[in-house]
Amino acid sequence: MKIVVLVKQVPDSGADRNLRSDDNTVDRASASNVINEMDEYAIEEALRLQEAHGGEVVILTVGPDRATESIRKALSMGPDSAVHVVDDALHGSCAVATSKVLAAAIAQQGADLVICGAESTDGRVQVLPHMIAERLGIAALTGARKLTVDGTSLTIERQTDEGYEVVTASTPALVSVWDTINDPRYPSFKGIMAAKKKPLQTLSLGDLGIAAGEVGFDGATSTVVEHSKRPPRQAGNKIDAGDDGGSKLVEYLASEKFV
Amino acid sequence: MIDAFAKPELRDLVRNFTRREIVPHLGDWERAGEVPRDLHRRAAEVGLLGIGFPEEVGGEGGDLIDSIVVTEEIIQSGGSSGLIAALFTHGIALPHIVAGGDRDLIDRFVRPTLRGELIGCLAVTEPDGGSDVAGIRTTARADGDQYIVNGTKLFITSGARADFATTAVRTGDGLKLLVIQGFTVTRTLEKMGWHCSDTAELSFVDVRVPRGHEVGGIHTLLAHFAAERLSLAVQCYATAQRCLDLTLAWVRDRHTFGRPLASRQLVRHRLAEMARQVDVARTYVRHAARRVASGELLVTEVAMAKNTAVAACDHVVDQAVQLHGGLGYLRDAEVERHYRDARIMGIGGGTTEIMNEIIAKQLGV
Ligand SMILES: Cc1cc2nc3c(=O)[nH]c(=O)nc-3n(C[C@H](O)[C@H](O)[C@H](O)COP(=O)(O)OP(=O)(O)OC[C@H]3O[C@@H](n4cnc5c(N)ncnc54)[C@H](O)[C@@H]3O)c2cc1C
Repeated sequence: MKIVVLVKQVPDSGADRNLRSDDNTVDRASASNVINEMDEYAIEEALRLQEAHGGEVVILTVGPDRATESIRKALSMGPDSAVHVVDDALHGSCAVATSKVLAAAIAQQGADLVICGAESTDGRVQVLPHMIAERLGIAALTGARKLTVDGTSLTIERQTDEGYEVVTASTPALVSVWDTINDPRYPSFKGIMAAKKKPLQTLSLGDLGIAAGEVGFDGATSTVVEHSKRPPRQAGNKIDAGDDGGSKLVEYLASEKFV
Repeated sequence: MIDAFAKPELRDLVRNFTRREIVPHLGDWERAGEVPRDLHRRAAEVGLLGIGFPEEVGGEGGDLIDSIVVTEEIIQSGGSSGLIAALFTHGIALPHIVAGGDRDLIDRFVRPTLRGELIGCLAVTEPDGGSDVAGIRTTARADGDQYIVNGTKLFITSGARADFATTAVRTGDGLKLLVIQGFTVTRTLEKMGWHCSDTAELSFVDVRVPRGHEVGGIHTLLAHFAAERLSLAVQCYATAQRCLDLTLAWVRDRHTFGRPLASRQLVRHRLAEMARQVDVARTYVRHAARRVASGELLVTEVAMAKNTAVAACDHVVDQAVQLHGGLGYLRDAEVERHYRDARIMGIGGGTTEIMNEIIAKQLGV
């Protein structure tokens, strides 16, 4: 089985993150960039499947040159190789355009299974898994907290607010995962050394048969018109422990639907 | 210039490991007086224990520079020199066995230790003296294909948990190192700092050791002192850097008389002096380490590196506690632990005075 894992480089959600003032895109140059957290769970899941059933694990990233750091880091966890789609024309792409690029690259790889994180911590739109599956005409098993593979049949427990749903499909398919699915391994020291030598293929839009005008700002189906910083956090409500402090607290909790 | 010490991926790995597997538990281990064996296995799983040891003996490859990066990053991510002493004791216990090259000993001691299954220690110091290594009194008497060992070792790091001890003994043929299993732990010693690192007194009474367990003599022992001293020097500047970081955060936050501490010139200049000492120590120690890593046999510079880093560390931990005020004296303050841990640095692995003796000898006096 050939598993393609989608890995995105995102600004560290633990640090200060900004949009660029000139074109309203995510400021990746000044941020400290990391692997999208949920993608580490996708990589782990792919590696576990490979350990149990054999096959090949390929990392796929669409992103600027500097995303190479994150690709090497992903490879140090254990995958066999990586594909990096990098092209200046991609800057400003919307989710729809990005899904076109990813789908083309996945099709070129001939993947049996695509695993990705359920969302990225920068965009948080949660639509890419569905869009990619739609473009490829394969099943989308999204939001998995558990994945089992039996030959060509896949079963996931799809996490919902109330509990979970059991969803099945057969390969080829796409599975998106939440951070409840496993506990990602650390890249080992040997893994770090080995990652430097693993094959990393760089593709341009031309290699995927996509014209520059189909992506980037020109091909975008949505545009960020303007943005502003989230207003600073307001001071909280303070309830004094006076005579009616208790009942005021209960009132407040009830009004916020905590109780 | 390419920075040989950059290693961002390795630093990432070590930082994550330290934050997840060490920092949340360090307080408990300090109170327990030791780190659990499980920590050795976990560290081995990600390859941390094997760094600096060749793959042929079960290591992960990598060199002295990689080991130094690991040490720096553990301490600067919230670990401690005591933790390094406890978890990486094999760094002083194994090199002699590896250098000896005996397949059987490597299979029985080196590989399982690097897998985190066994714990080893290096037993040189005795109650009658540590600085004077040539004056060791523990004896090994040849008896057929065995040695019979008698004596006492004191201040042995990880001795209470150790499965084997690479032990310096006196034979009819001079000083030798033997890998020994059948010793008794007579005391676990209570200390000023390094609480998570157990330190023991070991007793050897007619312990029979196969002669094949001999892994070198005084030259092997002295040759490996360089790596140990450099490691301690790294722990010094890393501890100092950590204390500087903690202090910087604190003085920005702490207000007195209506202004942050960091706005006072006296405080700013103290911080500048701390930063200067840390950077000078780091630069000099790394410089010496690069030369050792490239195969040079350095003794004097390593002694200078250790003393430079010890002085920087002593100064910075003291200033860090002072700038933290009353909080700096509390058990919950990380700088308090570093302050106590730091005091061993000028004593262990050859005292500051002994380092100065080495330097003076080089000067021809
Ligand atoms: C926490 C801890 C962990 C340790 N871990 C280990 C370990 O794992 N394995 C091991 O073998 N040992 C270990 N040691 C022992 C350590 O290496 C010795 O304590 C150190 O070498 C000093 O020896 P000593 O204590 O016998 O002091 P001494 O040699 O008695 O020295 C006492 C003082 O006299 C000074 N002095 C000695 N000779 C001279 C001289 N010629 N001129 C001027 N001054 C001199 C010394 O610098 C020192 O200040 C450890 C010690 C501690 C405290």
